[in-house]
Amino acid sequence: MVKKLPEGLKSHQLCPGCGHGIILRLLDECFEELGIADNKIVALGVGCSCNANGILGGDDFQCAHGRAAAVATGMKLTRPNVCIVSYQGDGDAYVIGLNETLNAAYRNENITVITVNNANFAMTGGQMSWTTLPNQKTTTSVYGRNCDATGAPIHVPEIIANNFDVAYVARASVNDVKHINQAKKMIKEALTAQMNGEGYSLVEFLSGCPTNWHMTPAQANKHIEEAVIPEYPVGVFKERKAQ
Amino acid sequence: MEKKLWKGNEAVVEAAVRGGCNFFAGYPITPSTEALEYLSWRLPEVGGVFVQAENEIASINMVTGASVCGARALTATSGPGGSLKCEGLSYASRNAVPFVLLNVQRWGTGLGTLDSGQTDYFKETKGGGHGDYRNIVFAPASMQELVDMAYEAWDVAEKYRVVVTILSEAYLGQMMESVEMPEFKKPAERDWALDGTGKKGIGAYSRAIRGGDGTKVLGQTYETIKEEMQRWEEYGLEDADYVVVGFGLPGRISMEAVHKLREEGYKVGMIRPKLVWPYPVKAFEKVNPNVKGFISIESSDFGQMVEDVALAAKKTKRNAPVYLYAHGKGVPGVSTVAEFCKSVMNGEEKEVF
Repeated sequence: MVKKLPEGLKSHQLCPGCGHGIILRLLDECFEELGIADNKIVALGVGCSCNANGILGGDDFQCAHGRAAAVATGMKLTRPNVCIVSYQGDGDAYVIGLNETLNAAYRNENITVITVNNANFAMTGGQMSWTTLPNQKTTTSVYGRNCDATGAPIHVPEIIANNFDVAYVARASVNDVKHINQAKKMIKEALTAQMNGEGYSLVEFLSGCPTNWHMTPAQANKHIEEAVIPEYPVGVFKERKAQ
Repeated sequence: MEKKLWKGNEAVVEAAVRGGCNFFAGYPITPSTEALEYLSWRLPEVGGVFVQAENEIASINMVTGASVCGARALTATSGPGGSLKCEGLSYASRNAVPFVLLNVQRWGTGLGTLDSGQTDYFKETKGGGHGDYRNIVFAPASMQELVDMAYEAWDVAEKYRVVVTILSEAYLGQMMESVEMPEFKKPAERDWALDGTGKKGIGAYSRAIRGGDGTKVLGQTYETIKEEMQRWEEYGLEDADYVVVGFGLPGRISMEAVHKLREEGYKVGMIRPKLVWPYPVKAFEKVNPNVKGFISIESSDFGQMVEDVALAAKKTKRNAPVYLYAHGKGVPGVSTVAEFCKSVMNGEEKEVF
């Protein structure tokens, strides 16, 4: 149920079939439905997540590549009553910004980190990311990703949930209606955890990237179901403590 | 007010707190660490926020986040940590985010050493990070200047919406002197800081910089700062045959050397910049038009400030050779400076410009 169409969604720069549009819409819906649309700041990553600049309504700030969790930390400590969300891609949060991401979780900063995992560096034209699937072809793994040489796909939500004392960690997908509905509930859990002062929350979204996967949007959604979710299970890895 | 004995790194951050600093994020590095240690208990005591971050990159980004939300934010570092801050400085400049960086300089390239030095002059005055931007750079030479500059830093940063750097030195941070500590001041509320409502944003000025005419807007700001922030200490410029130029501790030592040379009958003058960006070009207008040479005294290895001395001399049409004494690590003694000046006056030194 969309109550208010975000201005920017009328003219965004996202590719057809990209998950960012759905995720941003879900985020804006959750802000509105939780009554925090005018009490939130979004710290934006660099990459396709930059496109959120101007799509999301309200306060946002464009951070340096990978540093959004650190910027969000400074924001939250300065404005403890404002909902602070970082919005980052997998390259931003899990590769160049892995340090900032893990350290914010390690300290259990009371922020919400939203990551969009499309298994490649999409903005720069589809290079290998730490999330790229084994044997996946990208512009820097032209014969398919060789995990013996590059390391295996990274599972940051699991790393955080299993090692740090945080409030809520989940992985969502937006490849079909069932997953989209589940994803929205996860965002609300994460934002509510923060507003209740429960601590760090992270929701990773699996998103299609038809442009760099060289697929149609429909093929990309099917690929998520058949290949991406088996590597990156959708679900809640850290439930909120009993309320 | 009563003067008390303070250690440099503690005095500077106490003055910062009294000037309204209410957020600090940093990482331990010698010789700036006392600033971090002191604020770890002092800021919570006065209702501020202290974060020991995982590194210098994270800490300057935390400071950025705090500043865009309205905090008077500070980070402190030395040497290699300063290199890591550069990304954050560039982004802050692009977004007109005003915060303060305390650089307690240690000597050297790479890991360098823990000795005092002035080898970060280029990095701080010419930008350091990518892009084209400037920070206002204070160059204290005594504990009292360190305190007064830290106390003023956010007022200046917020007025012009730029980053302010306090360019301290290892010896200045580690030594003790008596200072008059100012009273607490209450900063004005920022009317532009992000508050979550989506109504204020980070301000029209920031949008103007990021907009189509951004370069022009920033350029005008820098020109205004150059006009309004000319600060220096001078001695005997009107009749000087030779003018010594130095900042920070070497500047303070050089001033003593110049007085000594005057007593010995040499017509030597002195300019000690209190800010090294903008550079005090106007000081050079007061120099004897028939001056025979400028002498830059600095604790760099190959000469850094000397280039600005040459440019200021050219700008003010003081067409005289510029000499360099690059001391390297540490701080030169009075006699070392005096001897070098005599050697210049005896024609034994070769000019660099």
